[in-house]
Parts: sequence; C-alpha cells; structure tokens
Amino acid sequence: MMLSVMVGLGYILFAPLIGGLLEGMGRVLTARMQGRKGPSVLQPFWDLQKLLRKELVTVSRMQLIMIGSYTLFVILSGTLFFSGNDIMMCFFSLTTADMFLVVAASCTGSPFSTMGANRELIQMASYEPMLLLTGVGFYLADGTFRVSTIGTHEGLPAIVMLPGFFIGVVVILAIKLRKSPFDISTSHHAHQEMVKGTTTELSGPTLACYTIADWYEQVMLMGIVGIFFANNRWWSVVVALVCIVLVYFFEVLVDNTCARVKWQVMFKVAWGVTLVAAGTNLLLLQMIR
Amino acid sequence: MKLSRSPWLIHYDCSSCNGCDIEVLAATMPRYDLERFGIINSGDPMHADILLTTGGCNSQNAPVLKQIYDQMPDPKVVVAVGTCACTGGIFKSCYNIQGGTDTVIPVDVYVTGCAARPQSIIDGVVQALAILDKKYEAYTEDPKEGI
Repeated sequence: MMLSVMVGLGYILFAPLIGGLLEGMGRVLTARMQGRKGPSVLQPFWDLQKLLRKELVTVSRMQLIMIGSYTLFVILSGTLFFSGNDIMMCFFSLTTADMFLVVAASCTGSPFSTMGANRELIQMASYEPMLLLTGVGFYLADGTFRVSTIGTHEGLPAIVMLPGFFIGVVVILAIKLRKSPFDISTSHHAHQEMVKGTTTELSGPTLACYTIADWYEQVMLMGIVGIFFANNRWWSVVVALVCIVLVYFFEVLVDNTCARVKWQVMFKVAWGVTLVAAGTNLLLLQMIR
Repeated sequence: MKLSRSPWLIHYDCSSCNGCDIEVLAATMPRYDLERFGIINSGDPMHADILLTTGGCNSQNAPVLKQIYDQMPDPKVVVAVGTCACTGGIFKSCYNIQGGTDTVIPVDVYVTGCAARPQSIIDGVVQALAILDKKYEAYTEDPKEGI
C-alpha cells in the first residue's frame, strides 16, 4: 500500500522530467536518423520554459478550462496506473482526457483546430479497441485488472501469454505517442494541410500545459509497455526498462521510415492488427482457460 | 535562462520567386541543420517567435502578412529574407508591389541576397535571437510597451 502511494507520488513529481528527456532523446535520434546533428537532449525543457514566459493569446476562455481538464485527467490516469489501481479505470480516464482535448480544439473557430479535433476522434476510433482489449488480455492472463498484481505476479511475464496484444500495443503506440501517421491530429511536421491540428490555437502557457500533459501521457504509455515484462523478480524491472527503450526506438524508426503514412492507412492498420494479432491471441487464451 | 534557446519560426512567402523559400528550406536540411540551435519551422503563428518573410509585399498579401504578425504572441521578431523582402528588389517598380516587408510590419533584421544564402539566413536568425532576448526584457517590464 505504502509502496503504491510512493510510486504514484513519484509519477506525479518525476514523470514530466522523464517524459521531457524521452522526447529530447527522440528528437536527437530522429536527427541522427536523418543525418543531422539535432538539438540538445534538454531542448524540450528549454522549449517549455520559453512557452511559459510567452504571451497568452486565446480566443476562448473555454479552451483554457478544457486544456486544464485534459492535463488533470492525464495526470489522474497515470497516477491511477502507477499506484497500481484498475487498468480499465486508467484507460477510461485517459479517454476522458482525450475528449477534453477534442472539445478544447473544437471550441475555437479555427478550421485547422476543428480538423485536428476530427482527426483526434478518428485516432481514438483506431486505437481505443486495442487499448481496451489490452485490459481484457491482462485479465485473462493474470486473473485481475489491478496493475499492482499484474506487475508483480508470479511466474512468466505477461508477454509470454500476450504476444499478440503486445504487437497491437506497439502499433497503436505510434499513434498515441503522436509519431505516425504524418498527418496526425497534432501534426509535428510543418507545411501541410493540418498546420498544427488540435494545438493550432494554443499559445504560450496553454501550449506549455498541453506539453506537460503529453509528457505525463508518454510516461504512462511506457509503463503499459513495461508491465508486459514485469513479474515478481527484481530483474524483471531492468528487462522492462530495456524493452521500453527498444520500443521507443522502434516508434522513432517508424516515424522516420513511414513518412507518407496517412490517417486512412493508420485506421486500417490499427484495426487490422487489433483483429488479427490481439483477436487470435484472445481466442487462444480463451481456449487455454 | 534565455528565451532565445528555443526559437520557433514561421515562414511566410509574400510574393517571392521561390528562390529564397528554397534557401530557407535548405537551412533546415542536414547540411545546415537549423534544429541544432533548437530552431523549429513550426508553420503556426500562435507557436512562433520569429517571422521569416520572403518576397515583396503586394496589395493582396499585405493584410495576410499583417494578420500573421498580429497572431504571433509577444515577444516576437521579424526577419526579412532576400532583397525583395528588404526593399522590393527587382519587382519594386511593378504596379502591384508596395515594397519590402517593412512597408507592412516592423522588421528587425534584413538579410540581403538574391537569393539569400542559407549561411546568411542562419546568421540573420541568430542576430534576431539577440533582439528577441532584448524584447523579452522590455516585455517583462511593461507587457504593453515592450513590443
């Protein structure tokens, strides 16, 4: 119990730090893959301090409330996850957070922001089934929805029973980490029809708030990758950390090698993998039980 | 910590022949790699700190340029890239050209050249960063007067 509270508090305090470093490493890695030197690993923190000091320009007060709620719900879902609570609760809370982001983007008149909100909804339709199935998979493998029990169960790590689910999670992580497709709702590449999608109308401190929420979310998603490899042995944590780094590297590689993937392909691939990989795994698990 | 450690750009092509635009894009490519200074070509005025303009202004794009400038949160700087953006260049005497960028919005740094070389564009942006820091100091003292 005490440990759960400590880990939950640790997440609240240190997740932005880890998330920022993860993003910094991702940017350096991307630059190296493209034959560039790239920025410093600490660049995301410099970006954040700048955003916090810039002027706040907003067309709607509603947007500020919605971005604040988005951040709060992302932190809530991560805290629920790292303090070992119900994994489905974490996913539902994360979905609620995303809904706040969609409303924040739609409450401005900007066509780019509205288009970003629509794209965000399509993304949710793509990855949500896989996310929910992952919870079901963990239940079938370990007999519980509680993250604390899933992460410290006896016997082989969950990946042995859930390889199809793991493949599905890796595929949807490209969307959740906002790496691929290139026309994703927040669009990290300039000069395309989305401009900056959901974040087009965010400026200065509001964008900083969104960035912090994004870092919290990234750490939580990496935690989900981690519990596939964790069991009651201490060294499983080391294995989980190594696998998290490898998965993150893979997502950056996908971002750089699949530069022309559009949202239509994203939708088909996400649903295809969910049905084939996770669906087959689910059927096999049911048969074993 | 300085504001200029994280400069984000927006590039607006007023009525350029595309020569300078290609050089601006060349500056972000592996050979010159603008991102090593933390510079991102964001494409969104609400996110940008530096406005790069190319080409001379005409009556159609002047209001667009003004709007982009107005949408940028303070503090902000403007870099006019290429002879046309500085003065109107060879198009200056055309009936539809008003002149350089400074006929519409205040310009902080002028980068000359036809087309401007990527090295001089990067040099201009780096000079603009020093101005950005000064503007931030003025902005913190008085948010209304510091622009």
